[in-house]
Amino acid sequence: MTHDPGYNFAYLDEGTKRMVRRAVLKAVSVPGHQVPFGAREMPLPYGWGTGGIQVTASILGPQDTLKVIDQGADDTTNAVSIRRFFSRVAGVRTTTRTRDATVIQTRHRIPEMPLREGQVLVYQVPMPEPLFRLEPRLSETRRMHALADYGLMHVKLYEDIARHGHVSTAYNYPVMVANRYLMSPSPIPAFDNPKMDNMPALQLFGAGREKKIYAVPPYTRVRSLDFEDHPFRPHRADAACAFCGARDSYLDEVVCDDRGGRMFICSDTDHCETRQEAAR
Amino acid sequence: MSRRLWTEGLGKTFQLHLQGGLRMPVLDNVDMVVEAGECLALSGPSGAGKSTLMRCLYGNYGADRGRIWIRHDNLDVELSAADARTIREIRRRSLGYVSQFLRVIPRVSALDIVAEPVVAQGSSQAEARRRAQELLCRLNLPERLHGLPPATFSGGEQQRVNLARGFAPRYSVMLLDEPTASLDAANREVVIQLILEARRSGTALIGIFHDADVRDRIASRLFQVQPIQEPA
Amino acid sequence: MSVPLLQAEGLNLRFGTTTALDDVGLNLHPGEVVAIVGESGSGKSTLLRVLSGQLAPADGSVLYRDADGRSHPVHAMSEAALRRLMRTEWGFVHQSARDGLRMGVSAGGNVGERLMAVGARNYGGIRAQAAEWLRRVEIDDARIDDLPRVFSGGMQQRLQIARVLVSRPRLVLMDEPTGGLDVSVQAKLLDLIRNLVADLGIAVLLVTHDIAAARLLAHRILVMRHGRVVEQGLTDRVLDDPQHPYTQLLVSSVLAA
Repeated sequence: MTHDPGYNFAYLDEGTKRMVRRAVLKAVSVPGHQVPFGAREMPLPYGWGTGGIQVTASILGPQDTLKVIDQGADDTTNAVSIRRFFSRVAGVRTTTRTRDATVIQTRHRIPEMPLREGQVLVYQVPMPEPLFRLEPRLSETRRMHALADYGLMHVKLYEDIARHGHVSTAYNYPVMVANRYLMSPSPIPAFDNPKMDNMPALQLFGAGREKKIYAVPPYTRVRSLDFEDHPFRPHRADAACAFCGARDSYLDEVVCDDRGGRMFICSDTDHCETRQEAAR
Repeated sequence: MSRRLWTEGLGKTFQLHLQGGLRMPVLDNVDMVVEAGECLALSGPSGAGKSTLMRCLYGNYGADRGRIWIRHDNLDVELSAADARTIREIRRRSLGYVSQFLRVIPRVSALDIVAEPVVAQGSSQAEARRRAQELLCRLNLPERLHGLPPATFSGGEQQRVNLARGFAPRYSVMLLDEPTASLDAANREVVIQLILEARRSGTALIGIFHDADVRDRIASRLFQVQPIQEPA
Repeated sequence: MSVPLLQAEGLNLRFGTTTALDDVGLNLHPGEVVAIVGESGSGKSTLLRVLSGQLAPADGSVLYRDADGRSHPVHAMSEAALRRLMRTEWGFVHQSARDGLRMGVSAGGNVGERLMAVGARNYGGIRAQAAEWLRRVEIDDARIDDLPRVFSGGMQQRLQIARVLVSRPRLVLMDEPTGGLDVSVQAKLLDLIRNLVADLGIAVLLVTHDIAAARLLAHRILVMRHGRVVEQGLTDRVLDDPQHPYTQLLVSSVLAA
């Protein structure tokens, strides 16, 4: 496959890609630390994954196989558009199979199938700063990161438990990376948090609007914050997938008629299909 | 000789900067001494500076000239040159002062006001309260008042709380400024007994007593405070 | 004689042509309560900020002796060390509760923050301590989950005090803690501070222009004017026998305190 000759390989010019790679290298060297980078205007609006796309564009080579998911699904508009974009501007192979992909760009999920060494997971991040709702001043949050002054994050968890009896944060549940930096895992469900811990694959995070890149290198300790007497507990709907019957995957709730009927199905479409094929 | 508190050439002049720097000499060249077990009564016409002398002895007013000495912790300490922390220490353990008026502390009960300096001398809270209770009863303060803050008490009741607070701890020197003013005969008698007991236990006392009858019964000596002659 | 907790010497600082501090020195001993009085602009709040390391003087030194007996030049400490001190051995009570509290966080969360900042990770334990401290500052512990913005001004100040004292600091700096409160509320707050400080043996530096508050709380007073300490000493001596013209003016302008 060849790429559209009207564009440089993978859309970004080589200078920009080198700049992004330098940021990625620094991010990998300081796990969990947010590295600023000169995010470019991309041919799609902020919030559609401009940060993730720039990271993907900068690490993609002609031999790579790309998978793109949005909330676990390969077939939603966002995922389809980004996949088509890279197949046009980079000419890379694309796939929906987790096991076949070398680079997986994701919005808000981690695939159910364990990732392996050599794979790269690129997260699209809307807000990289885990403290931003608690401390509006960026200068102050930077200082808090520098000094590892994270008591405030526990105040937030305390407030959740005081108000709801449990930590109500179901998405974007804050994590400590390598016992040093507090990090936003992007709005993945807390259910996915344990997958980040000691993952063999490289995890890169790109925030286009906020112009930040951060990373979790392979086999790095990623711990969800909690209290001794209120340990972190990933939540999952207590149901089986209506299609594949999975009881261990993350489920989406789907309303299927006007009478309040609903069902639960796997959010990871590849995982669900693989299971259905195996069952046939 | 067991001197407890003495002065050498003590002088005090007030300078009123708000009134064009007016200088008001009140004490000049005062030499006095009080020994253990003595009660020295200050005498002299009103305005002679008796209260000023008392306040100087307590460290409440600074001495401009001369020295004030006190026996504290088996040492002669120059009170007139001591820093604030030393004066606080001396007041906590060696030097008591009973003024005519109680400085009411909001929301603190009469019992705790009296117990406070006893606790400060190292007694337990319970011991201090027992001692406070005993003294308040002796001074005939109705028991129902012990738990109340004295802000709403009558003048006589407040004065008795004040006396109890002064006599509850053990001091080696006590300064008494009109301790029996506004007391009825029965309570005046209690105070006289308290003072005599203190003398017997070796406390040195200096007081201003306008009531001649009281003074005659408790004072061992008179000390004349002379008004300063205004320069002509 | 104990060793001072805080030792400041020869502090000088100018803001443009204004002299904020002019050769100020100060020793504070463990358990001692010292009031800094003076009118607005006299340099008292600046002094507090310099002593607590938030502002560097042009000249002079501030030494803090920590619980282990080690001396630290406050202005040479790393920001991390200073912050650690600020949430463990030191505490700051602000004039405005908005500066001293997190208004969007419950009363319990406000009190628990210092515990969590130093590593407390047991929710039940943190909550129990928060409840105890609310009671100690006379706030009904049933209000532990209320936001401070529904509290009265006096309660907010008491909550601020609980939030600071929960970590058992050795030194508390207070900047006009009773400012802006009704007189009756002030009295209650002062009494509370007085008792807690005496019970816990905390050293306090209290900046105030309220002479009555200084008389009630402080063992010692510093009178500041135009950045200089014009008079200092035993509280009742300074207030009853003021020597400096400015102190005489200050004392005479107050109704019987």
